[in-house]
Amino acid sequence: MVTATAMDGQQVQDAGIDLDWLTRKIEYRNFQECIHCGLCTASCPTYVETGNENDSPRGRIYLMRAVTDGRLGMGPHVRRHLELCLDCRACESACPSGVRYGTLIEPFKIALQKDAPAGAKASLLQRMILHHLFPYAGRVKTALAPARLFQKLGLLDLAEKSGMTRLLPPTLRRMMAMLPRLSGARPRLPEVLPPIGPKRARVALFLGCVADAMYPETNAATARVLQQNGCEVMVPRSQVCCGAIHYHSGVEQPAIALARRNMTAFDPDRLDAIIVNAAGCGAMLKEYPHMLPAAEHDQAARFVAKVKDISEFLVALGPVAPEHPVPLKVAYHDACHLCHAQQIRSQPRQLLAMIPGLELVPLEESELCCGAAGTYNLTQPEMSERLGRRKMDHIEATGASVVAAGNVGCILQIARKIKERRSTIEVVHPVDLLDRAYQGKQA
Amino acid sequence: MSATAAVSATTPLASRLLAELTAIVGAGNVLHQRDELLVYECDGYVVNKKVPDVVVFPTCTEHVVELVKLCNRHDVPYVPRGAGTSLSGGTLAVGGGVMICLTRMKRILEINTRDRYAIVEPGVVNVWLTRALAGTGFHYAPDPSSQTACTIGGNTATNSGGPHTLKYGVTVNHVKGVELVLPDASVVTIGGITDDPPGYDLTGLVVGSEGTFGVVTKVIVDLTRDPEAGRTLLAVFDTVEAATETVSGIIAAGIVPAALEMLDNLMIQAVEQAFGFGFPTAAGAILIIEVDGIDAGLDREAQLISEIVQSRGGRVQKSITWRTRKEPEYVAIWKSRKSAFGAVGRLSPTFCTQDGVVPRTLLPHIMRFIEGVARRYDIRIANVFHAGDGNIHPILLFDERDGEQVQRVLHASREILEECIRVGGSVTGEHGIGVEKMALMPRLFAPEDLAAMIAIRNALNPEGRCSPSKLLPSGGHCIERKSPGRRASA
Ligand SMILES: Cc1cc2nc3c(=O)[nH]c(=O)nc-3n(C[C@H](O)[C@H](O)[C@H](O)COP(=O)(O)OP(=O)(O)OC[C@H]3O[C@@H](n4cnc5c(N)ncnc54)[C@H](O)[C@@H]3O)c2cc1C
Ligand code: SF4
Ligand code: SF4
Repeated sequence: MVTATAMDGQQVQDAGIDLDWLTRKIEYRNFQECIHCGLCTASCPTYVETGNENDSPRGRIYLMRAVTDGRLGMGPHVRRHLELCLDCRACESACPSGVRYGTLIEPFKIALQKDAPAGAKASLLQRMILHHLFPYAGRVKTALAPARLFQKLGLLDLAEKSGMTRLLPPTLRRMMAMLPRLSGARPRLPEVLPPIGPKRARVALFLGCVADAMYPETNAATARVLQQNGCEVMVPRSQVCCGAIHYHSGVEQPAIALARRNMTAFDPDRLDAIIVNAAGCGAMLKEYPHMLPAAEHDQAARFVAKVKDISEFLVALGPVAPEHPVPLKVAYHDACHLCHAQQIRSQPRQLLAMIPGLELVPLEESELCCGAAGTYNLTQPEMSERLGRRKMDHIEATGASVVAAGNVGCILQIARKIKERRSTIEVVHPVDLLDRAYQGKQA
Repeated sequence: MSATAAVSATTPLASRLLAELTAIVGAGNVLHQRDELLVYECDGYVVNKKVPDVVVFPTCTEHVVELVKLCNRHDVPYVPRGAGTSLSGGTLAVGGGVMICLTRMKRILEINTRDRYAIVEPGVVNVWLTRALAGTGFHYAPDPSSQTACTIGGNTATNSGGPHTLKYGVTVNHVKGVELVLPDASVVTIGGITDDPPGYDLTGLVVGSEGTFGVVTKVIVDLTRDPEAGRTLLAVFDTVEAATETVSGIIAAGIVPAALEMLDNLMIQAVEQAFGFGFPTAAGAILIIEVDGIDAGLDREAQLISEIVQSRGGRVQKSITWRTRKEPEYVAIWKSRKSAFGAVGRLSPTFCTQDGVVPRTLLPHIMRFIEGVARRYDIRIANVFHAGDGNIHPILLFDERDGEQVQRVLHASREILEECIRVGGSVTGEHGIGVEKMALMPRLFAPEDLAAMIAIRNALNPEGRCSPSKLLPSGGHCIERKSPGRRASA
């Protein structure tokens, strides 16, 4: 019998990855928490698609442990199965044993990125985006300016129709396809917005870089909804990108630097809450204590205590009932970073259910990742595409005219699918609908 | 050649079969590199491990037929695998060979609510069928605690039960027929969409055969009408004894609950830590008692149960009234129960779950016995079980680094299981025999009984290539168990 020793009784000579660093980053106990029951498997989007245990959470934990134990080297297969992980954390929601999968895969992703063979390293474009573009919302906006002009002039459609976009490198092409209809550049939100009615809370709004560049209306809507609910809304100018895209792409240092800047930009002692409307950013901000060195944990914990998703905050505050009907049939998609990373499921639905005339219909597999997952659609286009298709099929099957999702990544991904299928479905953030119900304006 | 490359190389057997395997299922449906096979060395049972030579993913019955023919031609063993949640090593590739993984045969082929059946491929996950049936007024009744992950093929092979087995029966009561690729590579359809076809009830034979009669490629299941409503009661007791006596009392009163589950104090603490449902952590034991059916009679039944609970010194702490099984409080209480075992990890880094059955009336006896064992061996034992059908799951907590303690746990487990046998019970309620409990079969059955079973297996699987060394002891690969693993349970 082969028992739990090295495969064929041999330890591999070449780990193929920086094991010293990994063993310092990962507590071995975290592996042992996995009792190999397999209850997580069918909740994992990649396993549901491929049916291959290597693409399941249990399988990935097994692979990572085998590499750590010296039973396997980090060869191209193992690498591929780990890189295919969306980091959506559906497995953490499913696991009864409380395995903290993120504490395993994240160090591995960082180590993989460091040791990537030349061709597999983050491309120049990716690196440029990660290091130079995302920290600065303004720069994202500027970078999008040519695209916006293109769209205005109808050139993008022309380029698409004429097949010109096919000449672009694939990554750029996918980015183009992801672009929503961009509205003209908007004036920035003022630094302080007064509450409407008696003041109930003092909050700060976290804008997010991609979100603010692509969907500035949603940030404006979020601010208005907060004002309607009696909040004084601060919009600190010195805030920067949350660092999620860096961190999840395995680029750790810039992520830490960004965290420190945000912790200075928002003073938790002077705020009742730090409001986030993009689930990916919210999940990242809440993770700061794990990312930072122990000496900064206290400060990070005070910051995190105030970070709230907009829906989480409003439901806890007791939302003011909106009066204008929004007579739409709406399906709600659970963004991974809301439902799995932050365990927020009922609050967005509660808010939507408050809107007069709105019919909320159930969406099949609403908690299965749509395939956006940060930069995943750029790095793993094929799987991203399969999951996007699966999501869109379910959305279309609901017969809803609107699909709501609490994360900019999901909104972009679904918008792209809608565009591809020439569907008339509209994708929005739940706050957009809430805003309409407060303001009484139709889309 | 670097060591990494050496590990990912293909075994001699795999390279011999590779071209033919690929010709059958296509390159994308074969795993043969050692570093991709490793995760298939065990399932939910991790005590014994063996890496298969190759894993294949058929996508249709014809693939399975060709794969079985190939294995026969080359005299290579093969073993079917679903989701790999087996708790008894059912999918262990004992002699190496080909693992036939059915996770890519996952279509729901037909749902017919008028004639109340569904036809599914074996890789369909149990809960997918339930989801597909939402809104039709019907459901698929067998609900093993692993239902969010395990496949209907695996359920069929192991005859799975679950909390609602008490009223609704186990898998065999809900499988109307199967399509099976026999070890000689012929395809047979057993049973069908109508009830009770003439001839031998071969469906009953195949259900629970743990993969030793061939590969199931389609399952025809019956659909059960959703109950109109239900009541789920949480009853609290000072002692395990009072709880188990209540179980007997309820059954004696002629009430057939839909589910009747018990958790003892250690288990309550673990579950509370994990899910915070609101179970009383000081209680000696709790019962989750569910009745369902026509709304009109339920309050009276619940009242009756409540009286029985009180007469045994307990009290009903909570009563959930529901119309569908989707109501949040209903979902929460069952999630806590069904994930109970995983929560045990919060009490102890290592544990080992046993699976035994005793006649229901002897539950108080076996629980006292287990308490005695725990005292004598000085180990902590948590209990969670399907009280209604006498299926117990004592979970022995230990520290794997302490060799002497490990020995005590092994002895204690054996004593408990032997007592189950002695009082007329069995050593597996629902986890199957697999490789884990094969050695106990001769203790359960007389030689003549075993011989009858072996004769049937030899008729269907004469060469023993299909799932070798499983279920029935037959010499050859004998697996000796040196340590209890840390593992899951219902
Ligand atoms: C947390 C947890 C809770 C559990 N709770 C329960 C419970 O409440 N009740 C219960 O009964 N069991 C329970 N189990 C055990 C297990 O989930 C069941 O036995 C389940 O039916 C196995 O399904 P699977 O798809 O994982 O099959 P696998 O584990 O892959 O295989 C199980 C056996 O079936 C055979 N097999 C699989 N597919 C086929 C096929 N298509 N044709 C022929 N043979 C096949 C395999 O060879 C193997 O012998 C639990 C397991 C876990 C981990
Ligand atoms: S991660 Fe959790 S659910 Fe998955 S196999 Fe491990 S213990 Fe089970
Ligand atoms: S994070 Fe998502 S993709 Fe990765 S293993 Fe977990 S469930 Fe699967």
